[in-house]
Amino acid sequence: MGVIRRSGMFVLQVNPILCDGFGHCAELAPELVHLDEWGYPIISQEPVPMADIGAYESARYAERGCPRQALHVTKMNSPAPVSNVTMNQPRPVSRGRRPL
Amino acid sequence: MIDAYALPRLFAGATNRPLSLEDHERVFAPTGEVASLLEELDASGLVGRGGAGFPTTRKVDLLRHQRGHKFVVVNGMEGEPAAHKDNRLLSTNPHLVLDGAEMLAQMIGASRIAVCVARDNPTVVNHVERAIHERARRNLRGPGIDLHTPPWRYVAGEESALVHWLDDNESLPQYRPGRPHILRIGRGPTLVDNAETCANVGLIGRYGAQSFRSLGTAEHPGSVIVSVTGAVKRPNVLEVNLGTPLANILATAGADPSPQAVLLGGYGGAWLSGDQIHTPYSNEALAAHNLSVGAGIVAVLPRQACGVAEAHRVVRWMAHESARQCGPCAFGLPALADDLLAVVRGGRDGVAAIARLQDRCGVIEGRGACRHPDGVVRFVRSSIEAFAHDIDSHLRGAPCAGARAKQRFLTVPALEHEEDLVWE
Ligand code: SF4
Ligand code: SF4
Repeated sequence: MGVIRRSGMFVLQVNPILCDGFGHCAELAPELVHLDEWGYPIISQEPVPMADIGAYESARYAERGCPRQALHVTKMNSPAPVSNVTMNQPRPVSRGRRPL
Repeated sequence: MIDAYALPRLFAGATNRPLSLEDHERVFAPTGEVASLLEELDASGLVGRGGAGFPTTRKVDLLRHQRGHKFVVVNGMEGEPAAHKDNRLLSTNPHLVLDGAEMLAQMIGASRIAVCVARDNPTVVNHVERAIHERARRNLRGPGIDLHTPPWRYVAGEESALVHWLDDNESLPQYRPGRPHILRIGRGPTLVDNAETCANVGLIGRYGAQSFRSLGTAEHPGSVIVSVTGAVKRPNVLEVNLGTPLANILATAGADPSPQAVLLGGYGGAWLSGDQIHTPYSNEALAAHNLSVGAGIVAVLPRQACGVAEAHRVVRWMAHESARQCGPCAFGLPALADDLLAVVRGGRDGVAAIARLQDRCGVIEGRGACRHPDGVVRFVRSSIEAFAHDIDSHLRGAPCAGARAKQRFLTVPALEHEEDLVWE
């Protein structure tokens, strides 16, 4: 485990094409993921503060534990702003270092 | 020579045969070198005509700053079964579309143009093939133009699916986190534009932004091609000035003057209730009703039709057209169709189904790789709202006469067997 940055936000995202609905992620990150009636993960797209170490750890567990590698943790204030939020959602205001 | 300040512009000189290159150059002035193509395009305020309504300059700007062997893709797939605009355009004025594509290629510095037409329309394929051939014979300089014929599917016209097909022979949408996302063929950045958008670029490149803006409204300039279908005497493809009251468009096509509802924007669109047909037909006026022009589809539903039964047919077909890559879309959309069927049948199951329908809409929305499920959810929600009265009577076990009649008004292709669906 590298150094955990405590500033900023993250979201857990799923690639719906890769996901096969085995539902391991709901066991690995129960606070972030719950399953729909067909067994596919529903993940809140609200950014979670990095300071919530428990949530971040489980997100990382889920990311590594997904048998299809369909999950991805995206940090919201990485230096190159990956705008992983779709166009019509405003990007959250980061509380940490501003991106260049 | 045409008057660039009046209709028809896109369909100028249209006959029932495609304009040959000479005729095309006689009708439209030969392409001059417009020094400031980019500024003109920017000033014109053109928004894409494929459905999403994204400003074309923004796309061009994004692509202009990319490096590599670039492509322009002309999307003439016409995914919507109720639409005929790209086909009509490509079989009356194919050279205008190709002109526009060449200008776009010039703006972003692309070296190849791919024109995509569904192979299920052999006539259009022929017309485009001939147009490309005519150009090649004239030895026009510039990027090479190829014709591609993917199989027709609803989602095959989605831009990432189209690029996937060109890249890898599979008409399946791609996962694109983070929009705007640059699509690539091989490693080459790719600009995908609808055929009608290209034709508009062709006009802007010739006559400039000012003449383009002379039609339409301030925020949604230009003219648009509308396919009017449903309960109309003359189902037709019309070029209209944006901002024309919808009632006038309907009158031109000989529609029922007091329809029950009008479906705008295609099968991923929404209903406008029949007493609001005086709304101007442009994005800014329709936005008040949460609607948009989309791909220019106007489908009229008459009073005697059963809105719920029609909605069920559409959703069933849309569910069938899912590419079945993503769970929420592959399982969710058939579930929506089943719920709608339960509502049509009415009774106690129907009451449960309508509550479930609302929940499932919320669960499915935004969870596919492409916008297909979102469109269906939008359609379902709008149907529930627009036909609330009909749904009530269905649930009470007293469906309207339209539900028992066998006549249906929206065009929905026959469902194919799952194993017969062609994706490559
Ligand atoms: S663990 Fe991966 S494949 Fe399984 S449901 Fe979660 S995201 Fe999908
Ligand atoms: S959302 Fe549906 S249509 Fe779109 S890629 Fe996924 S399965 Fe295919």
